[in-house]
This record gives sequence, C-alpha cells and structure tokens, in this order.
Amino acid sequence: MSEPVTVIDTPMRLDYRFTPGRAQSRFLHGMGEGKLLGQRCPQCGSVYLPPRGSCAKCGVATDEEVELPDTGTVTTFCVVNVPFYGQKLKIPYVSATILIDGADIGLMHLIQECEASDVHMGMRVQAKWLPEGDRGPTMESIEYFRPTGEADAPTESYEEHV
Amino acid sequence: MRDVAVVSFAEAPSARARDDANEVEILLPVVDEAIKRSGIGRKEIDFTCSGSCDYLAGAPFAFVSGLDAVGAWPPIRESHVEMDGAWAMYEAWVRMQHGDVDTALVYGFGKSSLGDLPHVLTLQLDPYYVAPLWPDAIDTAALQARAWLEAGHDEREMAEVVARSRAAAASNSNAQLAGSPTVDELLAEPYLANPLRRHDCPPVSDGAAAVVLAAGDKAREVCERPAWIRGIDHRIEAPALGGRDLTVSASSRKAGEEAGVDGVDVAELHAPFSHQEPILRDALGLGDDVDVNPSGGALAANVMMAAGLVRIGEVAKRITDGTAGRGVAHATSGACLQQNLVCVMEGD
Repeated sequence: MSEPVTVIDTPMRLDYRFTPGRAQSRFLHGMGEGKLLGQRCPQCGSVYLPPRGSCAKCGVATDEEVELPDTGTVTTFCVVNVPFYGQKLKIPYVSATILIDGADIGLMHLIQECEASDVHMGMRVQAKWLPEGDRGPTMESIEYFRPTGEADAPTESYEEHV
Repeated sequence: MRDVAVVSFAEAPSARARDDANEVEILLPVVDEAIKRSGIGRKEIDFTCSGSCDYLAGAPFAFVSGLDAVGAWPPIRESHVEMDGAWAMYEAWVRMQHGDVDTALVYGFGKSSLGDLPHVLTLQLDPYYVAPLWPDAIDTAALQARAWLEAGHDEREMAEVVARSRAAAASNSNAQLAGSPTVDELLAEPYLANPLRRHDCPPVSDGAAAVVLAAGDKAREVCERPAWIRGIDHRIEAPALGGRDLTVSASSRKAGEEAGVDGVDVAELHAPFSHQEPILRDALGLGDDVDVNPSGGALAANVMMAAGLVRIGEVAKRITDGTAGRGVAHATSGACLQQNLVCVMEGD
C-alpha cells in the first residue's frame, strides 16, 4: 500500500462518421475523376482549393465552381526525417504546400521523384495521379507531386500565398 | 452598467443530420441573416465571439473553421469559448462594458450527427473515476431524474413537460420534434434508461444560431424595440455527481438572484431532459403565470453549443416583436445542470 499509484490506464475511443458537405463533396468527387475542383468568391475573386463553401476573407458563399490545372508551385515545404510506426515512405521525404495555378490557397501534398535536398520554394510541380481505375473521392487519388523541370516561378507569383 | 441589447436573432432549422452541409455551410446563412436583420453593416461589427466544441466533429479548431462564415479579413477582434454560444454572449456583453465596443456578433454551432453524442458527452465527466466507466449523458440524466422522483415527484410531471414541449414546437418551424401526444400516451412508452423514456431526452441536432448585440444609442438607432439585457450571471457547481444535490439547481438559483428574475412574462429554459424543467422553474422561482418554453425548448431541438443561445434569441425575439415585456433565458452546460447562465431581458 506504500507504493504510490503513478499511472492509470483509461482507454477511450469515439467513432465518427464524417460528412463533408456540399463544397468538399464536389472537390472529393472531382479527385475521383482526376480533376481539381475549386470555388471562386463572387466578391473578391479568391479561388479556394479545396473549397469549404465560403470565402474566409469576405464571409460569403462561394457558389462558382472552377476547374484548375494539376500544376503548381511549391510555396513552402519540410523534409521529414523522423521515422514513425506505419510510415509508408522512405525517409527523408518532403511534405509541401503547393499553390495550384489559379488558386489562392495552398494544397498540402508530397513531393517525389527528386532528392529531398533539391526541393525548394518556387519549384514548379505537377500531380502524379493514380491510374484512372484506382482513383476515388480522396486526396490519395494524387500519389504525389513531381518536378516539371520548368524554370522556378518568380517569388512575386507566390509570395502573398506562403 | 452600460445598456446592451439583443437587436437580432437567427437560427438554422434543427435537423438530425445535415449530411448536405459542413459546419461553415450551416453557419454562413445564419450569420448572414442575423447581420442583415440587425441593420448593422458587417464591417461595422466591433467584436465577434463564438461557441463551439471540437469533440462534436472529432477534429481540432472548430472555431477557426467557423470563422470562414464571418469574413475575418482585414483581421477582426474575435474571441471564442469552448461552450454554448450563450457564454460567448456573456463574454461579448462583458467586452462591451469596457465602453470602446458598441456592437458584437455572437454565434454558436454544432454538427453532433458526426459522432455518438451521448458518449462524446461522457468525456466532460471526471476523467479518473467516472469517465472510465463510460456513463453516457442519458445515464447521468437518469440518475438525476431518479433522485428527483425520490424527492417527491412523479413521472406524470415529466410527461406533462414533454406534451407541452411537443405542442409548443408545432408553431416553431426551426424545431425538430413536434406533435400532440397525450400524457397517457407518453407514459405508455417503454423506458430508455429508467426512469427516462426516449421522449424525456433531447434529440440529437445539427444547427447553428446567431445574435447581434448593440449598446445604448446604437441599439435604439437600429432596432425599434431592443431587448435590453437587464441582468446576466452564470454560476457553476462541483463536477462530481455525488458532490451536489441533483434534485435542485443551486447554481441556477444563485444566477437567477444575481440577474434579477422577477416580473417576467416568458421564460426559455435550457432543460435538455424533461425532469430538468421543473428543477429550473423552482430554482428561478417561476410561477404558473410565466409562459415557459413557447419555442418547445431543448426537448424539441438541442443543437449543442447553440441551444442556450437559442433560448436567449427566442426571448429577445418575443420582446422585440412586442409579445413579451420582460423575459428570462437560461442556458446550461455540463452533466446534470452543472453550470447555468441566466439572462433577463426587457423592452423599453
């Protein structure tokens, strides 16, 4: 009885059934069809990808759908060097924020097919999609982004979106 | 004290599951409508405060995504409580007492359909001795109902509350459950968690609500009959269910005394379980002449993080449209009426 209780185990688990709503459902279905579907603000013209159904700046509904290309610019990135249980990729690998051409907010994804040390801000990249039959309503329909080999985008083209 | 009034109110129709919309898509039209009805320009709003809870959707920072409905650019003065929007309104009221802020937008929203709400609410209990046993929100309310019955009440009183709620909700287009069951029909239903039957418990609701507050002359300028906040107070009791008398609501009584509940025509009580309504009536000293829960109350629609603010909005609406002179709104939080807020409003 003299031993203090230092740890107790109280397992807890809650299950959720996520429903994404209108704008995100459109976006996710687009992913299944190999398309990037964003939404444009009727007031300030900002394009959101993924869209959430509203313009965060104006607070108005974004009803206009915009199909965007699958090319973009790396605005910021990190090199993952930490191993963890269930890791699918070989470290080091790169997780980046990619400003899709025509969008006003960055999309988070992986950069592959180059050395981690070669990834940099302004690097031009393009989506590597899963084969058509393997795509579904998920971000994983894009396996990763890879360098296009184009010249870097000028800083002015993305500095407002970092 | 500076005079502050509720000048507009809007809410989304409550629904069991809004699979068609994310939280922002539910909230945006509500915020829009409250601002439009207030007659105050969106950019003229000095302060914004919200109530939401990350556990409902099982994702972090619900309030940050909620701001997508507001238009927070250029940056706005904004705050948040991980509580019902009624407490967000309390914060806005306190903020407005500083004197440099004349208008405020307050909202609360919740999409409870994503999780198993009674068990999500288990996590608000003591994490060492109670939550590991996984009593859900219905179990704890049933313990309270049993204690209340043993203190000299009967199940008929509970069924009468439900029958009145269902009938009142028939004239509230935002309510989820309405009807005209008789007390005997209700008592013939099976128990869900004895002594609670399903109808003694609130529905699980998705929705949102918003109010706009304005001070002094600004309120008079935009609203013909503002609902002036004459008193507002909130009190909390011990979290341990065995640490307080569950058959009464000492914190509601104290908050009611501080807020000055007297001479009211109407009361909107946030009583998610039927037996809690008479406990609250008693704590606030409401007589038979007071119209209680003309909206149907929380038994008809219970949007987590908004149902308390809806009570305030419902009373304010009745004062603004002239059907009530003075009213009291109540909001609750925690298990078995642990924390309670009382707001007394009055027309000119």
